Amino acid sequence: MKEPIIEIVGLTKKYGNFTAVDHLNLTIGKGEVFGLLGPNGAGKSTTILMLLGLSEPTEGNVTVCGYNSESQPIEVKKVAGYLPENVGFYEDRSGLDNLIYTAKLNGLNNREAEDKALDVLGRVGMTGEAQKLTGKYSRGMRQRLGLANVLIKNPQVIILDEPTLGLDPSGIQELLDLIVQLSREDRITVLFSSHHLHQVQRVCDRVGLFVKGKLLDEGDIQSLSKRLFADKPVIVTAGSDAFEEKKETEAFFKIENQLRKINGVNNMQFKEGKFILTCSHDITAEIASLFIASGLPLNHLVRKEYGLDDIYNLYFEGGEKNDSN
Amino acid sequence: MTQTKHKRTKPNPFNVIVQKEISDQVRSWRFIIMLAIIVLTCAGSMYTTLISIADSVKPNDPEGSFFFLKLFTLSDGTMPSFLVFITFLGPVLGICMGFDAINSEINRGTLSFMLSQPIPRDYLINAKFTGAFIVISVLFFSLGFLMMGLGLVIIGIPPTVEEFFRVIFFLLLACVYVAFWLNLSILLSVQCRQAATSALAAIAVWLFFSVFYNMLVNLIAKGMAPSEMASSHQIINYQRFILDLLRVDPAHLFNEATTALLIPSVRSIGPLTMEQVYGSLPSPLPLGQSLMVVWPQLTGLIAATVICFALSYVLFMKREIRSR
Repeated sequence: MKEPIIEIVGLTKKYGNFTAVDHLNLTIGKGEVFGLLGPNGAGKSTTILMLLGLSEPTEGNVTVCGYNSESQPIEVKKVAGYLPENVGFYEDRSGLDNLIYTAKLNGLNNREAEDKALDVLGRVGMTGEAQKLTGKYSRGMRQRLGLANVLIKNPQVIILDEPTLGLDPSGIQELLDLIVQLSREDRITVLFSSHHLHQVQRVCDRVGLFVKGKLLDEGDIQSLSKRLFADKPVIVTAGSDAFEEKKETEAFFKIENQLRKINGVNNMQFKEGKFILTCSHDITAEIASLFIASGLPLNHLVRKEYGLDDIYNLYFEGGEKNDSN
Repeated sequence: MTQTKHKRTKPNPFNVIVQKEISDQVRSWRFIIMLAIIVLTCAGSMYTTLISIADSVKPNDPEGSFFFLKLFTLSDGTMPSFLVFITFLGPVLGICMGFDAINSEINRGTLSFMLSQPIPRDYLINAKFTGAFIVISVLFFSLGFLMMGLGLVIIGIPPTVEEFFRVIFFLLLACVYVAFWLNLSILLSVQCRQAATSALAAIAVWLFFSVFYNMLVNLIAKGMAPSEMASSHQIINYQRFILDLLRVDPAHLFNEATTALLIPSVRSIGPLTMEQVYGSLPSPLPLGQSLMVVWPQLTGLIAATVICFALSYVLFMKREIRSR
């Protein structure tokens, strides 16, 4: 592991009886892009607030760049930039003025603040909009300005809470690419939360799955799905368009019986010309050889891969369903 | 953004926020409207005062030597004096400067952004108060000095040193009075999520004190009135009690204090017995003595202001800041 920047140990936050974050342990290394994934209400924002010392943990410890978030929040805020969900600006001021204000709050004097603000605006591609009032900015421009606001303090870590919320697909792509490009240029550690799995996996080095206050697992998406679905049954579908007509033939009954007898098949269904087999391990090869031997046509043979969508279905949508019950 | 002259030194974040608050206040429409109303009413009251001031000079008047102070208190009945206007408009000014101090930051989503900057959290609420208070003080002092200057030019009698200091203390008192309403509305802005709610709540408190509270006290006074046979001791106690009730109203405190400051012949604000008055010369009090008379009122006003601020400070520091 690279030099750790963010270290979370046994972090817990309780609101009365409700546990928002439950004994969270997480280490993020320097220069990493980490995605905190989870459905709404999983405790992502609460964790981020505690990282920045904006909320006090009930238990546990958070350090950012060696500073304790609870006891040295100001030091943490000097090195960590935070883009809140739904970031707001002073709408009767221009984007440039908003940035200059941030720069001055971070201890730059007037001239430095203005130079730095123009520089950062250029980096996020907003030089043309510098003099426009932020009240007239579009959603995508606001997020860019928010990013500029974060970068102006030369942070070592940037923490983004749902940065892609409310953006259109191309806007999401641009923003995420921008974030990653900036972080690679300056070796900035990025932590962001999202409930959009698909966007996030494209840009993250690692993700953490966060459900109901607990970190289920962390790692890159491939190893994550392997681990999470290790004990799940394998589903193989095999068939042909021609099967529907041959349903009543002898060859069909024969192969149906043979398939059922393969070691490890727990359940079998026939639907729309396809056998759907639920098995304890991968039997695709055996099925294929059976078909070839039987002389029946086979133009569809798929072993179901567990991917993002399944992770999503399993934890995110299921999680919300359980909550509402 | 206001420019400071120091180019090399690092700005203190607190000053940066105060500067921004001041420029926000001064640019806002509501402040411009309030400013216009206050300036117009002051000009009006100045005009009526100057018209009627010639009639007000009577021979053997104990306040004759405090001619200049009349500029602030005199009225011919068509329009209230400067003092009355301040009593009435001061709370509105204070409320309109503070009612959305914190909740508008939450609703705009700027609060979580501000708090993620490397500044202590209390900087924000302190700067909100300081910024608004600076604007109020500058406004009142310039108005006061303008009135003095105009009076000087038109009636041609310069104020004595004592009169000058009486006016300064009066203006200070007015600032403290408005600061009370400012802090009350900041408190409500911390407590209420919507700016409209906190504005209405603050106006309700103000209306209660300016309209209904006196009625309420009258009601209590009627019910508690001692019989005609009551001893003088009982009557004095009763009077004191009613006066104490009235003094819960900050406007009453302010009125008592300003009366004693601007009308030097006022010797006491509470009830006086014949023995106390007997033998005293009908002469005005020196400034020091007038200040002694208003000291409790001033302390009371400052205490109310501090209590409101302390409450909003605690509430603000304890609040968990979530985005929007």
